[in-house]
Amino acid sequence: MSDLHTVNKSPFEKNSLESCLRLSRAGSVILLYEDAVYAALKGTAVENMITSVVGDRKVYVLGPDYKARGLDESRIIDGVEVVDYAGFVDLVDTNDKVQAWV
Amino acid sequence: MSETKNFMFLNRRAPYGTIYAWESLEVVLISAAFEQNVSLMFADDGVYELTKGQDTAGIGMKNFSPTYRTLGDYEVRHMYVDKASLEARGLTADDLVQVEWEDWETEESVDNIVEVVDSEKVAELLAESDVVFSF
Repeated sequence: MSDLHTVNKSPFEKNSLESCLRLSRAGSVILLYEDAVYAALKGTAVENMITSVVGDRKVYVLGPDYKARGLDESRIIDGVEVVDYAGFVDLVDTNDKVQAWV
Repeated sequence: MSETKNFMFLNRRAPYGTIYAWESLEVVLISAAFEQNVSLMFADDGVYELTKGQDTAGIGMKNFSPTYRTLGDYEVRHMYVDKASLEARGLTADDLVQVEWEDWETEESVDNIVEVVDSEKVAELLAESDVVFSF
């Protein structure tokens, strides 16, 4: 089993995502929501933070938060999966515990 | 009447995650109503405030992005975007809303007052403003 790590801060403004990636183990599940959804966009200065971990960690982005910010799903980094609120609940349910990187 | 000043609103926060972007917009509208010369600057995560196609139906929050497009009607004459911030976020001017401006008296009009500017220009504009409001 694995832990679900949630990140909700912009990777450009806070180091929450950076710390999450540095301090979570391979096999962890990561959910980007609220302002952290910007990290899932291709072509940004922080793109490699996500591309470097999609191989050994499963990364999800919360669709409603992504859509609210005017971003198109075609621009999400390959390997990152979009979930809705029900999917968020499933992630909480199927992982051992939730660790929030607020 | 008191004198008219050049107000610059410096927006550095993404919308929805915090209240800063919305609060800035509120004060911009108030300032414009008091007939001040109002300009807006978008830098750092503030450039995200202007992305087009925002749809907040799924998060139960008010979508305030259409309000930016009405600012020309409130006599906001300039909306500047820091180029470096835009590029770092993988965005271009094409990803941003366009804001029309028209002077009802002279019928002078501008198709889009949103202007992408380099760092040197940002610094110049901030320095030349009478007051800078930070959000």
